[in-house]
Amino acid sequence: MPSLLTLRGKMVVAAVLAILVVIIPVLNVMVPATSAFHLSDYAVSLLGKIMCYAICALAMDLIWGYTGILSLGHGLFFALGGYAMGMYLMRQIGRDGVYKSDLPDFMVFLDWKSVPWTWAGSESFIFQMILVVAVPGLLAFIFGYFAFRSRIKGVYFSIITQALTFAAMLLFFRNETGFGGNNGFTDFKRILGIPTATSSMRVTLCVLTGLVLLGFYLMSRAIIASKYGRVLQAIRDAEGRVLFTGYNTLWYKLSIWTLSAMMCGVAGALYVPQVGIINPGEMSPAASIEIAIWTAVGGRATLIGPIIGAFFVTGAKSWFTVAFPEYWLYFLGALFIAVTLFLPQGIVGLVRKLANKGGVK
Amino acid sequence: MTPDLLEDGTKRREAYLAKQAANQMSGTSGGQSASYGRVVSSSDEVDVAHGGILYVDDITVSFDGFRALNKLTLNIAVGELRCIIGPNGAGKTTMMDVITGKTKPDSGRAFFGSNIDLLRLRESEIASRGVGRKFQKPTVFEQLSVFENLELALKMDRRVRASLMHKLSSADFDRIAEMLKLIHLRDSGARTAGDLSHGQKQWLEIGMLLMQDPKLLLLDEPVAGMTDEETERTAELFLSLEGSHSLVVVEHDMKFIGELVNGGQREKKKIVTVLHEGSVLAEGALADVQANERVVEVYLGR
Repeated sequence: MPSLLTLRGKMVVAAVLAILVVIIPVLNVMVPATSAFHLSDYAVSLLGKIMCYAICALAMDLIWGYTGILSLGHGLFFALGGYAMGMYLMRQIGRDGVYKSDLPDFMVFLDWKSVPWTWAGSESFIFQMILVVAVPGLLAFIFGYFAFRSRIKGVYFSIITQALTFAAMLLFFRNETGFGGNNGFTDFKRILGIPTATSSMRVTLCVLTGLVLLGFYLMSRAIIASKYGRVLQAIRDAEGRVLFTGYNTLWYKLSIWTLSAMMCGVAGALYVPQVGIINPGEMSPAASIEIAIWTAVGGRATLIGPIIGAFFVTGAKSWFTVAFPEYWLYFLGALFIAVTLFLPQGIVGLVRKLANKGGVK
Repeated sequence: MTPDLLEDGTKRREAYLAKQAANQMSGTSGGQSASYGRVVSSSDEVDVAHGGILYVDDITVSFDGFRALNKLTLNIAVGELRCIIGPNGAGKTTMMDVITGKTKPDSGRAFFGSNIDLLRLRESEIASRGVGRKFQKPTVFEQLSVFENLELALKMDRRVRASLMHKLSSADFDRIAEMLKLIHLRDSGARTAGDLSHGQKQWLEIGMLLMQDPKLLLLDEPVAGMTDEETERTAELFLSLEGSHSLVVVEHDMKFIGELVNGGQREKKKIVTVLHEGSVLAEGALADVQANERVVEVYLGR
């Protein structure tokens, strides 16, 4: 098999690995808090959180950047992965909740005597980890099968995905649905019996997220470099031609769509223990649109672009919401319009253009 | 059971088996390697034993009451190069849509060879059976290179898993290189398809069709937007395909039609079909068709 990465690429991957596995933990745990090189717990969990977003942006790039299908409902898959993880974390609280009951607090509050059937198996870490990918994957598969078979395309597909996440949000808002209503899940105590509110757990989760992101990135590279990846791009450029060349595009679109949803589910599962809460707000249409914005800002169909975009936009958000809290949404909107009009290839496209100009001189 | 009954049964079974074998023999032209041998068992393979590659029979298609095709009947022989002309809205593109599975007709039948019912298959299945289609507007994968465009069209397993694992063999490389030469893009393999000129895109699309190794080629205005020289070369290319492939060319450019009809295998009289309002108005030699009163009327008005 021809090597997927050049020597330089391998060195970059090695450097990223070293930063993740060695430098971040050392700076956070070993370097004293008084030192200028100390990485605060806040910074660690912010980094972990942004890397979860970056996974979503990468997943969005596969389906939008490469296959040309804009999903405005990827937040739903992210949230479902998060809820699957959250259910396990709720059961891990045990009797340490406010009501000192075996049941999660919100169930006691609703006067339920036992966990509903949807929570069967939620004490099992393995079972819930399977659900993290199985639930978003299955939903995406079923939804995608009918949508793609009916040849729903372009803006119509985007609108339906938006409606899907909105409908799910309304469903999860209801207490009777059995997932904590509008408060969702919070007050997590431990994972696998280990307390979550410690430096070492925070740094472990952050490093784990980074490794997953790196793994997904390399997997995406392999996918795009394969003939399958070229068929996806061909579908984006001229689906009719692909059909009349003898490819049944349904299975190509459905497979990448389902994979993309499963990646978001994993991102959601990593996100929840790091931020300590999951609620239906993650299913709001705005949350899904933001994923598309990260991808567009970073640069569609570049793989590294969406990761950069997620860091850039959420980084800007962290700063903006402190400095000018009331202007953040205006800024985000302006950014999206500016990128669409002037930088169709996003930040990566801009950098490439500048690099090319420099080369000519 | 008595012994004589058993014996009787054995005899009957033997007779049955012999009959079966005889049937099988007749199906494959008696085990001889004659070119008109029919492979009855494989339904994927097109059966052209009767000398016809395409049978369109009594097809009607209406869109909101408008009849795009009106009881259209058209037969194409194996190895034939058929030109189809007709004014705008005559139903030429709709006819191609029906044959390639894009549009399902209200009534009628369409067969590829004598065994493949085109109306029951999806676009991708029809394409895999050996029907290639060139669109009116050149349609290539703009963001991919010329080489990659041809690679995707190469005849091979089209399923997802096969594509994930696929590797080009050296024979595949040779085939793509040959095709690049044939479509006059030998030095452009690495170029992005979107950067090609209009005529070059037309050629690339024709090259992609040929990579699929189709038995029947449907070409919708293949020389639109080409220079005179390019048009001439395209005519040469099609004439070289005649005989080994069956071609249906829809065109407005009468000069190009003339080149196709008068070039190539002259001993065969080439038929030109004129479509009008969704059905065949005239069919025959180009000179006869051009002299036909009704054709002149339709084209020039009263």
